[in-house]
Amino acid sequence: MPGLEDLYREIILDHHRTPRNRGELPPPAAHAVGHNPLCGDEIDVYVQVADDVITDVKVGGQGCSISQSSASMMSQAIKGKPLPEVLALVRRFKGMMSIPDEDGNPVEPDPNVKLGDLEALQGVVKYPVRIKCATLSWNTLLEALEQV
Amino acid sequence: MNTLDAATIKKQFPLLLREVNGLPLVYLDSANTSQKPQSVIDSMTTFMEQSYAPINRSAYYLAAEATDAFEGAREKVQRFINARRTHEVIFTKNATEALNLVAYSWGRANLTTGDVVVLTHMEHHANIVPWLMLQQERGIVLRWVPLTADGQLDLTNLPELLAGAKVFGFTAMSNVMGTITPVQQLCAAAHAAGALAIVDACQYVPHNLTDVQAWGADFIAFSSHKMCGPSGIGVLWGREELLEAMPPFLGGGNMILDVRLDGFTCAELPAKFEAGTPPITEAVGLGAAVDFLNELGMDNVRQHEIEVASYAIRTLRERFGDDITLHGPTNVEVRGATFSLEFRGIHPHDLSQVLDQRNVCVRAGHHCAKPLMRELGVNATARASFYLYNDTSDVDTLADALDSASDIFGS
Repeated sequence: MPGLEDLYREIILDHHRTPRNRGELPPPAAHAVGHNPLCGDEIDVYVQVADDVITDVKVGGQGCSISQSSASMMSQAIKGKPLPEVLALVRRFKGMMSIPDEDGNPVEPDPNVKLGDLEALQGVVKYPVRIKCATLSWNTLLEALEQV
Repeated sequence: MNTLDAATIKKQFPLLLREVNGLPLVYLDSANTSQKPQSVIDSMTTFMEQSYAPINRSAYYLAAEATDAFEGAREKVQRFINARRTHEVIFTKNATEALNLVAYSWGRANLTTGDVVVLTHMEHHANIVPWLMLQQERGIVLRWVPLTADGQLDLTNLPELLAGAKVFGFTAMSNVMGTITPVQQLCAAAHAAGALAIVDACQYVPHNLTDVQAWGADFIAFSSHKMCGPSGIGVLWGREELLEAMPPFLGGGNMILDVRLDGFTCAELPAKFEAGTPPITEAVGLGAAVDFLNELGMDNVRQHEIEVASYAIRTLRERFGDDITLHGPTNVEVRGATFSLEFRGIHPHDLSQVLDQRNVCVRAGHHCAKPLMRELGVNATARASFYLYNDTSDVDTLADALDSASDIFGS
């Protein structure tokens, strides 16, 4: 269907059909629940951190193709990564979603941070209502990391 | 034979004639809010151009003319719902405020720890949260009428649920499934138990002939914006003696007879519950919406929607079989033309995005009815809701657009 190819890229649909790192982690892994009040979606993010490295991550909950694929790709991108790299990735991703920084300024893309598959979500920006779907898991990840 | 010609009616709604990306709009979100006919738009424009002035407080001619227009709208609403008295019609911001007014004013004056309020699993948040607030504040006890498998109220244990209750609050028509409830029977059951009957009629009034006296209700609430009128105004109707006995809700101008440094005296009904400058132009628009609906005839509107609902059920079943779930009753005698649907496991948010490519506007989400969503076992649904300007061709466009969703999600 014309117009939606930018949104529903094949890699997004693939992650939606076969989400990676689905499941739960028992305590002491950090756990946060994110809600999208717009559509009632809920997402669970579990992270295990050791020596400032994300050693394991799992994603639970229900959501649309955009929120589920974003969570799936996020889990792949952050697993095994040191926290500073993860935080830089969150910043880069939210910047791509045109979410301004704490001072309300646009985030300049950091050329040292590679998005990889996550670039496929760039098309979401054209559909402002869906930005919340794409960023839900990322905000939930930040909440979980606050507990670490 | 169809008694309404939706194609002719549609021509009276300027927005529905708009094209987006070269395609006509197929507006299927009227349970959310309805579009406005030219007559409503014109009534508000003319009023603002010719007659706008403060109401109820100035002696000059223009103010009297504006007051007449505002009060004229109240009389139209009174006749539209067959209320006994004009001053039983209270203008609020919307149905939500109307239900809050009852819970706040009547509830705080009459309910205390342990008092029972009975609600249903079908309620909109507007008829749940105000009572949950009273539960937290006063320790009232909530009981819930469950649902049958086909999305109607399960009345098997109603007398037991209502035993000792002070209030029975229920919707006349579900905003999620379109279910129409047996309001008259429910009001009688409430009264038999000594409880008040509070009817959320927000979805019912725009689509059906409403007669509050035949219902035997104590309070009903509805919104202008779902019945072809403007947003910003809603209605609480209550029985005169109940409204008279209630303390005021919001305090301020217009709702007082006298204010002293040591106290105040309330104004008579309806001003007692209408503090501050009301939505004046919006009331005029609501009056014009009532005129518009009366001209069509509410029995005809209902008949038209029965026909569209029957066609939708038949068409969607024929084309998609078990791949589509339509929540709520299949008997069109007990449902309106509002459908929550699940389609081939595609998330409602994705579904509405794909339908939007064909300009098919449906709501995706929890529809402000999260307890009902949990009961249906879903986080969200896509909801297509039809109104007097929709016809069977809109059902066909919806079905075609659903097909294209399958193309993308390949299930």
